[in-house]
Amino acid sequence: MIKEEKNIEPKSKDKKKTPIIVIKDLHKTFGKDNTVLKGVSLTVNKGEDLVILGRSGSGKSVTIKCIVGLIVPDKGEIKVFDEDLLALSKDELNKMRVKIGFLFQSGALYDSMSVRENLAFTLRAHKRDLTEEEVEKEVLEALESVGLGDAIEKMPAELSGGMRKRIGLARTLILKPEIILYDEPTTGLDTITSREISELILDIKNKQKTSSIIITHDMACAKLTADRIMVLKDGVIHAEGTYEELEKDEDEWVRSFFE
Amino acid sequence: MILSLKNTFAQIGDATLFAKRFFKEVFVPPYEAKEFLKQCYIIGYKSLPLVAITGFIMGLVLTLQSRPTLVKFGAESWLPGMVALSLIREIAPVITALICAGKISSGIGAELGSMKVTEQIDAMEVSAINPYNYLVVTRILACTLMVPLLVIFADAVGIVGGYAGINIHGDVNFYRYLTQIIQSLEFSDLIPATVKTFFFGYFIGMIGCYKGFNAANGTESVGRAANSAVVTASLSIFIIDMVAVQLTDLIYLK
Repeated sequence: MIKEEKNIEPKSKDKKKTPIIVIKDLHKTFGKDNTVLKGVSLTVNKGEDLVILGRSGSGKSVTIKCIVGLIVPDKGEIKVFDEDLLALSKDELNKMRVKIGFLFQSGALYDSMSVRENLAFTLRAHKRDLTEEEVEKEVLEALESVGLGDAIEKMPAELSGGMRKRIGLARTLILKPEIILYDEPTTGLDTITSREISELILDIKNKQKTSSIIITHDMACAKLTADRIMVLKDGVIHAEGTYEELEKDEDEWVRSFFE
Repeated sequence: MILSLKNTFAQIGDATLFAKRFFKEVFVPPYEAKEFLKQCYIIGYKSLPLVAITGFIMGLVLTLQSRPTLVKFGAESWLPGMVALSLIREIAPVITALICAGKISSGIGAELGSMKVTEQIDAMEVSAINPYNYLVVTRILACTLMVPLLVIFADAVGIVGGYAGINIHGDVNFYRYLTQIIQSLEFSDLIPATVKTFFFGYFIGMIGCYKGFNAANGTESVGRAANSAVVTASLSIFIIDMVAVQLTDLIYLK
């Protein structure tokens, strides 16, 4: 399953599917010589959950941050919903961002706001004409979709790590994105909570028909959620396949993730 | 040495662009009125006790320190006017601004710095919310409006402190004390002193926001952002004051 470094073609069985994220030959260097991405190319199809594996510093988070415009690559092409992300104006990029949810590793909840305000603030920023009742209803719906309807009054400081991630996910879901990018959703959580989060990711995909890229080191999460896995090594896609295919891969380095 | 000089100039250029962006974004909707009012409450109302205590002490100490010299020249009756002039023209604006630099600029630097480090600013960005508009514009605007009000408040409390100072050694009627102050003041004392406080406020807010917004990754950078905000804001207050006094001198040259 070892890929050529510049291989960008989706696997034959994916050819019938509609690609919604297409990344070609992405390069990024920080500072003078800290090259993180050396030509990453990948495709995510509609309704697909793509897991990206890789060691720390291999460029996984940088890749998904490029997709939402948080990091501007030095070279390469990013197409989302067939639109060239790097050619979009600020307003166009913001419209695109509403369609792409992003779950940060820490949840990134706004510390000064309660759970209700975290969600309502995000919703109101895009739907200013909603009444208070409508906002409250949507906030509750989003919280219940992650199983935390009763945490609405709490402040982020009162939440556990797992709860923060769920609330972060609810805040992402309130804008009803078509794509969700998960940056290490289970990192720092115990095994049971990690499994709950992985199941939640799967549940969201099934109910809301979203497509996702999931960055993780957690193989249990990868096994449960991945339709396809890509392994990133030294800034390039090193291997690609399903969980079962990569588990039996000839390459020792790839197999080491599964041991 | 050359690299550090280059970095300093690069940072000044970056800060200038950051400051310039405020004048563009302040007119761009959405107008975050709720957040602006919240910041006015935090910056203005919550600073009142601190400003009141320091203002009172400023007036009291200035009176007690000046009295012996004036007594020596038989000019004790000039004390209320002199204290009021010193307070309104220089001491209250600068000391209050320095207190605000310590309390507000460092607070904003630490708050935005921790938001940056914990990816809360990035979270706003990916939710298509303009973090500059929501976080920076509201804070700079609140500082620009609240610092002058705090200075006026410090002037008033300082005058009361001066009255207390005078009455330690004598017995002066408050009405007479105020009359003497009003007789010795002119608009040319009040207006430049108040105008410069708007600049103090703008720079206190802007520097706090700039340092916080540009904090590097890692919790250590939060403390560094707060510390750097205080130092830079305090220095900028003295520079603005020096420029303002020179300009006032030119405008009111007799």
